[in-house]
Amino acid sequence: MTIDWVAFSPWTALAGGLLIGLAAAMFILFNGRIAGISGIVSGLLTPQRGDSLWRVLFVTGMLLAPLAWLLFAQLPAIQIDAGYPMLIVAGLIVGISTRYGAGCTSGHGVCGISRLSPRSIVATLAFMGTGFLTVYIVRHLLAA
Amino acid sequence: MKTHFITAFITGLVFGLGLLLSGMANPDKVLSFLDLAGDWDPSLALVMLGAIAVGVIAFTFIKGRSQSLLGEPLRLPSKTTLDSRLITGSLGFGVGWGLAGFCPGPALVALGAGEAKAAVFVAAMLAGMGLFELIERRKTATEKPAPHPN
Repeated sequence: MTIDWVAFSPWTALAGGLLIGLAAAMFILFNGRIAGISGIVSGLLTPQRGDSLWRVLFVTGMLLAPLAWLLFAQLPAIQIDAGYPMLIVAGLIVGISTRYGAGCTSGHGVCGISRLSPRSIVATLAFMGTGFLTVYIVRHLLAA
Repeated sequence: MKTHFITAFITGLVFGLGLLLSGMANPDKVLSFLDLAGDWDPSLALVMLGAIAVGVIAFTFIKGRSQSLLGEPLRLPSKTTLDSRLITGSLGFGVGWGLAGFCPGPALVALGAGEAKAAVFVAAMLAGMGLFELIERRKTATEKPAPHPN
C-alpha cells in the first residue's frame, strides 16, 4: 500500500463528513427518521398514502444540491470511469442488494453506526469488505 | 405546508452538499479509497469519521424519546437480528459499490449535476429495487407481508 498524498484531502473530507452528519442529525431530530438514501428512494416505488411527499422533497433536495453549490462555486470534479454496461450491472446490484441488506452507506454506515446498531456495524463491515475486495479484483487481478 | 416537509427538503440539500464537499460524489475518489493495494486515498475514512461524530450526538440525544423535536413519531429500525438477508445484501452492495464507485446518495447528487452516466446508474438502481419488490411480493403473496424496512 502507498498513500496518495496528492489526492488526500483531509479537510474537505472532514468538513463534508460533518455536513453529512448534520443532515443525518437534522433528520432524526426533526423528522424522527433515519436518513438512509436507499430506503428513502425505494419507498417511492411502493407509495403509501401520506408517505411519499417527504421522500420526494428529500430526493429533490439531494438532486438540487449541485445547483445550490453552483451559486457559490464551481462544482468539484465528478469523474465516472465505468462504462455504461458496467454502470447498469453495478446499479442493478446496488438496487437489489441494498433492499436485501435494508440499507446502504448512509443508513447503515452513518446513521446505524452513530446509534451503535449491531446490524448496521455488521452491514458496514460487510459492504466495506466486499467494496475493497471488488476493487482489488478489478484493478489488480483482472487488469494484470 | 407542515414543517417536517421543509426539513426533509433541507436535509436532502445539506446531505447532497456534504457529499459534494467530501468527495463522495466523485466515483473516481471513492474507488481510490477502496483501492488499498494501489495509490490509496484515505480521505473517505475522514468523511465517515466526521459524519459519525455528529451523528452520535444526535442519536444519543434522541434515545429514549418517543417523538422528534417537531412532534413526529420516532421511526427507528426495530430489527436486531443478524440474519442472512442483512449479510448477503450488504456483501452484494459492496460489490456493486466497488464496480462503479457509486452508492445511492452520491449517484443522486451526480445525477443532479447533470451526469448522464449517473442517470443510467440511478435508473438501473431503481430497476434493481423494483425487482426486489416484485420478488418479495411474489414470495409474500401466500405469507403475511414483511414489515417495511427503514
